[in-house]
Amino acid sequence: MKILMLGWELPPHNSGGLGVACYQMSKALAIAGAEIDFVIPYTADHPDIDFMKIHSATSLSPLERYGLGTYDSNTIIEKQLSKADINDLKDMRGVQKRYVKFVEHLLRTLKPDVIHAHDWLTMEAGMRAKQLTDVPLIVHVHATEFDRCGGESGNPLVHEIEYQGLMMADRIIAVSNITKSIIMQKYGIPEEKIEVVHNALDIDGLNDGYEYDFSTYKYMEYLKSEGHTIVVQLTRFTVQKGLTHFMKAAARACEKYDKLAFLLAGDGEQRDELIRMASDYGIADKVFFTGFIRGKQWRDAYSVGDIFVMSSVSEPFGLTALEAAHHGNALIISRQSGVGEVLKSIFRFDFWDTDVLADQIVGIATSPALRDSLKENVKREYAKISWHDAAKTCMRIYETMKQRALA
Amino acid sequence: MSKRGIVLYLHAHQPLRVRKYSVFDTAYNHDYFDDPDYNSERNNEQVFKKVSDKSYRPMNALLEKLLATHPEFKVSLSITGTFLEQAERWAPDVIDSFKRLVDTGRVEIVSETYYHSLAFFYSRTEFEHQVDIHRAKIRELFGVETKVFRNTELSYNDSMAKWADDYGFKGILSEGWDPILEWRSPNYVYKPVGTNNIALLMKNYRLSDDVAFRFSDRGWVSWPLNADTYADWVNMSITDKEIVNLFMDYETFGEHQWEDTGIFNFYESFVGKWLENPANTFYTVSGAIDAFEPVGEISMPNTVTWADTERDLTAWLGNSMQQEAMRYIYSLEDDILRTNDIDLIGDWRRLQTSDHAYYMCTKWFNDGDVHAYFSPYESPYDAFLYYVNVVRDLRWRLHNNHNIGV
Repeated sequence: MKILMLGWELPPHNSGGLGVACYQMSKALAIAGAEIDFVIPYTADHPDIDFMKIHSATSLSPLERYGLGTYDSNTIIEKQLSKADINDLKDMRGVQKRYVKFVEHLLRTLKPDVIHAHDWLTMEAGMRAKQLTDVPLIVHVHATEFDRCGGESGNPLVHEIEYQGLMMADRIIAVSNITKSIIMQKYGIPEEKIEVVHNALDIDGLNDGYEYDFSTYKYMEYLKSEGHTIVVQLTRFTVQKGLTHFMKAAARACEKYDKLAFLLAGDGEQRDELIRMASDYGIADKVFFTGFIRGKQWRDAYSVGDIFVMSSVSEPFGLTALEAAHHGNALIISRQSGVGEVLKSIFRFDFWDTDVLADQIVGIATSPALRDSLKENVKREYAKISWHDAAKTCMRIYETMKQRALA
Repeated sequence: MSKRGIVLYLHAHQPLRVRKYSVFDTAYNHDYFDDPDYNSERNNEQVFKKVSDKSYRPMNALLEKLLATHPEFKVSLSITGTFLEQAERWAPDVIDSFKRLVDTGRVEIVSETYYHSLAFFYSRTEFEHQVDIHRAKIRELFGVETKVFRNTELSYNDSMAKWADDYGFKGILSEGWDPILEWRSPNYVYKPVGTNNIALLMKNYRLSDDVAFRFSDRGWVSWPLNADTYADWVNMSITDKEIVNLFMDYETFGEHQWEDTGIFNFYESFVGKWLENPANTFYTVSGAIDAFEPVGEISMPNTVTWADTERDLTAWLGNSMQQEAMRYIYSLEDDILRTNDIDLIGDWRRLQTSDHAYYMCTKWFNDGDVHAYFSPYESPYDAFLYYVNVVRDLRWRLHNNHNIGV
């Protein structure tokens, strides 16, 4: 089975969960026997990837690619691709246009059985590839513009691209039932066209000899030794993540129980607003901002935590929750986050319901039995979710599409 | 020579479910049991009225009819105090229909703890008090004395039998569990080891569960079960023996098995079928004990219940949250009782109902069988959270109103 995979990032040059999911899914597919040609919009080494062929659509460095503001909800994207300047690689649309041209070029020699495009970023290239080759197009939805805009209206051009991509696709993969229902309700796509394939956690990849370094967050460890409970957020500070609600809940929780500290690991457009909110609520001394972190600091942030909160307004999946569980956190997940569909031993709350979140935080912080039950029981659950099962489902979808194309 | 007979015993119970009670309610609101959302599964009034329509009213009507039609028909009932309180508030006609049943003289009321609690395993004085007030409530409502005892979830062990003997009960009920019975049959009267004047009746769980659990199971080889077949099975089981103890939840009729499964018609036919043979009869629990002598001694040093494949208390006390919650509630006993604050004591006792701990059970999650989790809460963790917030409010009331504790 030959797959032309159209992606936007791969680790270690990823800024979010999309790259991780593409990497893990491709790896599991390769093990299941798929031959993958994976297109990315930048040029870089990927030393860990030998199971598929990587094609770079531009000579941009990964850093220049970050500068495009791919994931910021306030980056303005308004140009139709036809009007974009293919030589302007500082412009998102210019890069996307170059990406499409590159795929066209690639398809002169490549003969894939299916095309698998990830998110709106590569949907135009996917549609063009289908048009040129008549090969079935599978669109994989990790997030829609409705998720990214966090309840606001979102970018009309991105909505349009998503709508066209979803209409043109022969089959759609959604990462959760939440995403599936957004695709149905907001874009009017029939249910039969959509399949849910949940993401998983690569536990082997996490068992790489990592050991928690107590000195990374030394002051937080001191607070823990004084009986404090550490509540962790590890995310981009964008409106999608519901952090202003979280901050309010933190303040409400502190009204009832003092020995709490909140670690906000990450960075993003809302950082200053969140710092201001912490002061306004009088909990500035309990809220800790790390700035953008990766690698060791990133894993240690999970490890120092007792409770991991995912407060997203709209989260198609939310892989970080599984990572946090693996590092020994009790989980509190908003009802608007897809990862909650695959776990039972968690607390759930509506992202806007700050009193419920505060109640759950205080409950866990004040009951060792509750904290330990949540921590231990969730481990049994995420360990059962496997990328190999996800890849099996994808292979079945490819097979069906291929047969249908031949018929 | 006494006739061979069925001992039918039904257990009626409704807990007072705790509402969504948050840490922001603690120290402010003391109404733990009245969920403001009438349609929620935690709203006790809504649940009680619904189950009354589906089960208590039609089943009591059927029992009344069977008593009128068949002079040999008898039944034993246990009805918890938390059930009776709710019936008095929301369905007084259900109390009246139970009174009519008892007035026939062929319906026996079985003793238990008023609050359907696990107090026996935590505090003997509190346990005995709850048995006393249940007896008093039954006396007040029905004008009868209870003579045979059953504990919550049919939990039973040797020391409980000893206690019931000393208390003066003539009988006690338990599960007829194979590892205990070994080669013996549950279809006789037994004597608990180390007791003097008390008899033991043991549930025939196969024939009981055929009706209570399997009746409407379309995947069961014997579905659909008809009255003739079932009467044949009971006949086969009782051949040359004395009794068949059919013990089950009252709510089997109409709530666990809905009316459209045919459960009511099935049972009416079955009773008629059984009594067609003049050698057959029904006994109340006391009647069976009067009619037959114990054939042997039974020992159960460890607690056995009628629950789950394990027949133990793990669904109530199996995880650390359940143990912590029960430890919290029972550790308040002395402080709560010496306040003489009737409202506070009442709330404390309503929180002892075993259902609260059951809702915190996680063992089905571990087995992956989440469908077995019957609960009005979203998860066992939510059940625990609300409960602990309530326990904290009890402590706050102790402190604020009575200057006791922290």
